[in-house]
Formats: sequence, structure tokens, C-alpha cells
Amino acid sequence: MKRTGLLSFIIIFIGLIFIIRLFYLQVVNNTYNKPTVNNSAVKIVYDYPERGYIYDRNGVLLVANQLSYDIMVIPREVKPLDTIEFCTLLKISKKDFIKKILKARRYSTRIPSTFLAQLSKNDFAYLQEKMHKFDGFYIQKRLLREYPINTAPNVLGYISEVNESLIKKNPYYQLGELIGTAGVEKTYENTLRGTKGVKHIQRDRFNKEIGSYKNGIYDTLPIPGKDLTLTIDIKLQQYGEALMTNKRGGIVAIEPSSGEILAMISTPTYNPNLMVGRERSKNFTKLYLDTINRPLLDRGLQAQYPPGSPFKVISALVALQENVIDTNTAIKCYGGYRYGSRKEAFMKCHCETHGSPVKLNKAIYRSCNSYFSNAYRKTIEKYPTPSEGMKVWNTNVKSFGLGNFLNNDLSVGQKGLIPDENFYNKYYPNGGWRAVTTISNAIGQGEILTTPIQLANMTAIVANKGVFYTPHIVKKIKDKELDTRFTTLKKTTINKEHFEPVIEGLFNVFEKPHGTASWSKVKGLEICGKTGTSENSHGQDHSVFIAFAPKGNPQIAIAVFVENGYWGSRWAGPIASLMIEKYLNGKTVRPWEEKRMFEGSLQEEYDKQLKEKSTIEN
Amino acid sequence: MRIRKTNIFYGIDWILILIYFLLIFIGWINIYSATITETKISLVNFSTEYGKQLIWIGLSFPLILIILLFEAKFYEKFASILYLISLTSLVGLFILGKNINGATSWYDLGGFSIQPSEFAKAATALAIAKLVSDKQFNLKKWNTQIQAFLILFFPAFLITLQPDPGSALVYFAFIFVLYREGLPIYYVSIGFIAIILFITTLYFGYFYTLISSFALFFIIVVYFNFYRKKAFKKGWLKIIGIYIISVLFIISVNFVFNHVFEQRHRDRFDILLGKTQDIKNIGYNTNQSVITIASGGLTGKGFLDGERTQGDFVPEQQTDYIFTTVGEEWGFVGSVAVIFLFIFFLLRIIHIAERQKSKFSRVYGYSIAAIFFTHFTINIGMVIGLLPTIGIPLPFFSYGGSGLWGFTVLLFIFIRLDANRSYEW
Repeated sequence: MKRTGLLSFIIIFIGLIFIIRLFYLQVVNNTYNKPTVNNSAVKIVYDYPERGYIYDRNGVLLVANQLSYDIMVIPREVKPLDTIEFCTLLKISKKDFIKKILKARRYSTRIPSTFLAQLSKNDFAYLQEKMHKFDGFYIQKRLLREYPINTAPNVLGYISEVNESLIKKNPYYQLGELIGTAGVEKTYENTLRGTKGVKHIQRDRFNKEIGSYKNGIYDTLPIPGKDLTLTIDIKLQQYGEALMTNKRGGIVAIEPSSGEILAMISTPTYNPNLMVGRERSKNFTKLYLDTINRPLLDRGLQAQYPPGSPFKVISALVALQENVIDTNTAIKCYGGYRYGSRKEAFMKCHCETHGSPVKLNKAIYRSCNSYFSNAYRKTIEKYPTPSEGMKVWNTNVKSFGLGNFLNNDLSVGQKGLIPDENFYNKYYPNGGWRAVTTISNAIGQGEILTTPIQLANMTAIVANKGVFYTPHIVKKIKDKELDTRFTTLKKTTINKEHFEPVIEGLFNVFEKPHGTASWSKVKGLEICGKTGTSENSHGQDHSVFIAFAPKGNPQIAIAVFVENGYWGSRWAGPIASLMIEKYLNGKTVRPWEEKRMFEGSLQEEYDKQLKEKSTIEN
Repeated sequence: MRIRKTNIFYGIDWILILIYFLLIFIGWINIYSATITETKISLVNFSTEYGKQLIWIGLSFPLILIILLFEAKFYEKFASILYLISLTSLVGLFILGKNINGATSWYDLGGFSIQPSEFAKAATALAIAKLVSDKQFNLKKWNTQIQAFLILFFPAFLITLQPDPGSALVYFAFIFVLYREGLPIYYVSIGFIAIILFITTLYFGYFYTLISSFALFFIIVVYFNFYRKKAFKKGWLKIIGIYIISVLFIISVNFVFNHVFEQRHRDRFDILLGKTQDIKNIGYNTNQSVITIASGGLTGKGFLDGERTQGDFVPEQQTDYIFTTVGEEWGFVGSVAVIFLFIFFLLRIIHIAERQKSKFSRVYGYSIAAIFFTHFTINIGMVIGLLPTIGIPLPFFSYGGSGLWGFTVLLFIFIRLDANRSYEW
């Protein structure tokens, strides 16, 4: 290159680079053109729509809204003020005042943030008069939740202020706004919330508002939230909560024909109104830190227990499907099942049949361990290797929705556990396991874990003879179709004809004089059910019961777990039958049984456990 | 010669003057937009910055007349003296100077301040022109090279001490001038290699730069050994020498960056190279200025309608960041127009410089082209986020009397010299 040309060349080169860069910034990547909250020339005001109401399946209002008033602050507009007067008005200390101001400033000096949330109406009336004295502070109206009926906090959930990490993830939310954080408030947040409206207001250099920005081309109207109708029957829900007084556990009731959840009870419960208002965080902390009762744990969805005897229903169905037993297969039970040559290889049985031949029907209503162990063993041993047998067994069992999330519209859940061949291969790497190694699975002990909702769903499947809809909590959304995953029928791997004999057995649990739940028999109601006693490593056995009714045309399927309730027919059985009665007949013919449940308490048992635990830990 | 005596405007380049006034006019409009605070205040008002700037612009007319009144020969004759006066004024700052924004770069003259470094550029350009135009002068010889470098070194050094390293950077622009006048190519190459090594060292760390430079060295050696055996035999010492110097340079860049630079300097580079992102503190200026420019879009928001400009989001918008106002209110179209205007202005100066018969005029013209070019590149490069934050003004745009006068002097001395091109010296 000639020496004279170098500078000219570089000048043109740099000029080109600048033009390309400007083209990229201003034309290609022009995302900065919209007004932002960082822009002080344009003030953004939000118009919050009313959050949708929530009703139960019969149209009873469960969640409504109430007005509340927040004090907002824009730190850079705060002028020196009479802090003492201000603090007295708001009933806070000066230390709090400084802390809150600093927090707001750390978030942003330009964007409004909540200074004090949820004032009462009285405080608001008083403050409104004086607010003009304090530059940079203003009052924002907001809608809060209100619960006319103090029930089902685990179903309804609650709303709370968004936290900073969520704001980063979802730019829709600003600091101080509310979001559903549990229950249906969480899963149906977008439906209930609606969309807030935005108004852009142009300000002049003196911060005076001078009209809407660019004639409102960026403004949007708020879209109101939609009302929800839940599948819950609030009367049944309340009744269930009352029956569970002073007992820990979970109940899930499902309408088999639709998969709608009629009741979902978790005890100990709490008053949902505790999660509203200025005392909210105090109340929440108290509930959150209660690690003994764990009221925030939804036992219907999150508690995983060994299912115990109700699982025998599955064992029977799988064995029938695999053709290893039929309704006439009989075994003899002498108080237990010997599955090995060693002395301790013996599973006790309480069927008290004393060696007379036991067929499927009797095995179910007497809950014979030996019979189902035998059936399970045959199922596994039908195949050349235990691995293959276990694989088939696992596929069959899992088709009942066990061992995995149900993929429903509830905010929490647990998978439970249905072991497969890999599970055991891991434990016995050298292939040292056979059908008898895992024999406890036959009676719902061993490695199996289920949640009450899974068991309720399983019961509904039996009631439906092999088909089901995914259990769900929302019946209707205003102007919106229900999600298709709740309206498509699902199938299990078990043929329809195998359900008949099993249902007969379940029916006899109530009907036969020696049936395990004959005590809970209700006149005029054809209930099918199964007791269960779930052995667990934490202490006293859990009381378990599953049932559906009426036998011919099932309208309710229910699973009840009472923690440390000794055995199935002691607590869970009566509770399940009372709820069925209440739901189908609207009243009970057994007031004495109802009274026993209302008043019965397991608190002593829980205290004892706590004491034992603390002795061990000491 | 007769006409010359009666008309001081004889022979001056009207195109250059037209561009000058255009730049001044556009610049002032943007200063007005960036600094207007209240409505309906008269334009000539001492209390506002746009009013003050208007006065400076007004006062530059008599200045131009005075510059044009002098004979062209005056500037050549008195170049050395003007250079010495300028150096003295820079030294004087350490005694009488006024500290503004952490740099002692100002003389306080009652109502206004003067920044001598703005005038030192013109004096240095004259001095270099005088030195290089000497018939004995030969840039191939190292002792003459040293003379030229010393002339540049003194003002640059004094300005760095103020400290105002940004303004001192401008003196590197003279390398283009010296190259044009015969400075061996390797000075430019070394500068170029140094810049590349500097950036790669900061960006990739000295370790990887060392490794990759060795790889490059190895490839070059292999290439020469197999394909250019003769050249290799002659030049292998040079190649190894360059490589060793490069290695030392990389290590010293690493050392200087981490141990000599202050944190704020490091921050500026780190932000530019995308190593840190802190738009609230250290990256605030760059982030705001880039957003402001980008928000202008294709056609801009219109005069006085840029809400980021009006909302005072960009710090120092009327001075170093004046181009953001152009970007926001006039958009891509306006920004490109300004850039075209500058490029045309620079090329016009070079074109005029090349047509000079007198070597003095040519070197001077080249010098001011290089100076304007450096200001243009560093300023706009910084504002649009391509270069680190270096505070130097955009000629004729940025608010500031000394700057405006300094650039006016720079330009009109050249116009005066050019008007004399057909005239005998």
C-alpha cells in the first residue's frame, strides 16, 4: 500500500465499522424502544385485575377477595420527612423504617417497591389524610384473599409476595406483587390471576405527570382472572376433617366415573385465613417450623406409606391376568406362609382359617397373607428368571398409576415406589434374589410405597373395572375447556373380567360375618373395601382403608390413612365408611361411630413417639 | 499577491469551512437538547450550558479572523516558539492549575476556565511540521526519529501527569503523519502487533496468548525453513527477535494490567471485553449510552423528544457522550449522517494536505487529520461501546470552550496555510 493512502483507508474502515455497529444497535437489535420501568420520564402504573374466585363443586364460595392497602415507596423521590410522625402513623419503629427504606433502595431507586404491606381499612382511612406530606410514598390498593369457610387449606393453597429469584425468572412480576405459592392458587395461577393492565404516564422534567405517554399506544387493559370451580365437595371435605380431629393422616376421595377429587384431607390442618394479612409471615413461620405436626405437608399427596393389605387387590389382579391363579385356586393356611427352609423364613397370617382351603374370595375378605404370597410367588416364578418376572409384575402394577406422579393439577406430589428388577439387581448385584426375597411386596409391605391419592385412584380403577381418568381438582374454568389429560380415558393392563371376582371379595369384607370390616357395615349401602395395617419403621402401625360404593354403580372411591392408628378397622375403616355414608346418603345411621371418630385422639401415641425419639437422640 | 493583501479570505477552502459550520451547528443543537432544563429561556443565557456554548461559538469568529490575518509564514517561523509557549503553559498548570474532576488541566480565568492541552495539539502539530519539513530531515535515520518522538513525548508526558491520559493518547496519532513522511513501516507494524497482543492478552489471559503466540512462531519458522530458505537464512534473527519481544510484551501487559493499572482502569477493559457486567456501577455509563443510542431506532425520536436525553440518564451527555443525543433523537439516519460528515471532513483535509507544495503545510494538514481522526474514533467508539471509557471530546460537538477553540485553531491554521498554497514562500 502506498504511504499516502494508509490514513484515508483507516478512516473509511473505522467509519464503516461504526456504521455497522450503529446499524446493529439501532436497527437490528432494537429492543430498547419500548418504555421501561427504568425510565423516569415515563411512569408506569399497573392496574391489577381482580383475582378469580374459587367455588366447590356445588357452587359454594370457598375463596373470595378483600381489599387491602399497601404503602409504596419510590426511594429517589423521597424528600426529608418527619420520620417520627410517619413511623407512629404506620406503627413501626424507626429502625424498621430505615431497614425498609434501605431494602427498597437496594432493589431500585426508581421502581416503586412495597414499603409496608396490607394495612387494615382503619389504618388506611387515617393515613390517607396525611399521605400528601410524605413525598415518594403513596398508597396502592390491592386485593387480598378471603376464605369464608375455614377449611381445606391444603387444597386451596395461598398466595404470597413474589421473591426476587422468581422476578428474575418471570419478568411479569414486580417486587411486592402476589403470586399463588401452594394448592390450586399455584397450579392455576395464570388462570386466577388474569393479566395486569399497564398505563404509561409521561412526566416532564419536574416529575409532573403531563398525560399518557405517546397517546397510550403501549397501554394495556387489565384482563380479569377467571373463576374456578373445584371438584371438591366442601361438605364432605369438612366432615372428613372433623373425623380426623386429633389424628394425623390423609384422606382422598375420588369420583370413579370422572376422576374428580371429591375430598382431599390432610391433618393436622390449619385455618387458611392465617395466610392473609399483616400477621401472615408470623403465622407462616409458625406453621413452617412445626416439624412435629408438619401442617404444611399435604399428607394426602406427599406422605408415602407402605400401603399394606389393600395392595393385595393388585396382587390378586396381576396373578389373575398372568393366569397363575383362577377363582378356584385354593391354598391352605396354617397361620402363616413359609417361604424358605430357615426357621425365621415365615410370614405370619391372621386369617384364622386353620388349614381349610382358602379361595380368592375368602382370601380377600379374610386378608390372608399366605394366599397372596403364594399368588405373588407364582407370578414372578412364571418367568424363567426373577428379573423377567419382576419386570412383568412392575409393568402391571404401574399401569394403576402407582410408583409415579399422576400428572395432575395439584401443586405437590410424590412418586411413591414400585420396585422393578433394576432396583433389586442393585441391592443384590450378584443376582442373589428370587421371588421369595421380595415376598413382602405381595402384601403391600417390603419396598412398596404409595401416597393416599395413588391408593384412592387405584380404588377408583377397581371400581371402574380397569379404566380411569387422571384424578384432578378443577371441574370447570369459566370460558375455558378442561385440560385433555383429564378427559381422556386411561387403561390398565388387566382385563375387565378379572375385576369381578376381586370386587366380590371386597364386597364380602363388609358383608361376611368374618369380613375384616364387618363392624363398619352400613345398612342399605353396598360398600366394597379393604382394610390395611401398614407396618412401618417409625413406630406404631398405620391404619389404612380403601373403599368404594355403591357396588353396582360406584360414585365414590376413597383411601384413608391414619398415622399410627394401629390397624385398619380401628380408625381408617370407620372413617371411610362414614364418609361414604355422608356423601351418598347425606347423613349417618351410626351416630355412635361418628362420635367415637370425632372424639377419638391419637395424640397420646404421637407424644409417646416423640418421647421415644428424643430418648434415642439423647 | 495584491489580492491576498486586501482580502484575508482569498484562496481559503470554502468546502472545509462549510463542513466546519455544519458540524458546529449540529453539535450545538444537540448540546441544546441535552442540557435544556426549563422551557422558554432565551438562547443567549450565561447560566445555561447551551447559552455558554453559543457565546464560545460567537467568540470563535474573531478568533478565526485573527488566525487568518497572520501570514502563513508566521506559523512556520514561530512554530518552535508556539510549541515552547504551549509546553510552558502545560508546566504552569502544576503551579496555577485548577483541579476539576480529579485532573489539574485548567486555568481558572475568573468567569471561565481554559484547558491548555487543547491548544497544545496545534502547537505540537506545528512543531512536528516544522521539524519534518526541514530539508536535512530524514525519518530513516534513528537520530531524527528520536527528535520527532521527543517533540511528541513532552506534551504527552505533561498531559499524562495531570492526569489526563485520554488526551495524551491523541499524540499517538502522529505515527500516521511520520509514516506518511517516511518512517519505516515496522513502527506501524509494531504498533499494530502491540494492540493485538494487548487485547488478546486481556481477553484470553497471558497463558493462552503465550501458547498461541508460540504456535504461530513455530508455524512461521517452519514455513520459512521449507519454502523460503534464503529469506530464512537472512532473517531468522529478526523473527526470533520479534518473537522474544512479543513474549516480553505479553508478560509485561499482564503485569501492567494487574499491578500498575488501577481498579477503575481494569474495570473499563473488563466491561468492554464482556468479562464483567455491572450496569449499576462501573458499567453504568457505557450501558446507558448504548441503550440510549439503540433506543433511537432507525429514524430517531425527534428533536427534544428523546426521553432518555431529557431525563438526564447519560452522565456527561453534553460533553463526552454528546453523540448519544444524536443517536437517540436523530436515530440511525442522523448518526450515519454525522459519521459521513466527519469522514468527508477528514478525507477533505487529507486531500487538501496532499495538494500542498510546501512540505510544512502538508505535514501540518496530515497532523490535524490524524488528531481529528483519533478524537473521532476514540469518542464515538467509546459511546457505542466498542472501546473502553476514555474521556476525550468529539470535535465541534462536545460542550466546552477550550475544546471548541482548540479545534478551531487547529483547523483554521491549516486553512490559512492552504490559502497560501499557490503563493510563494
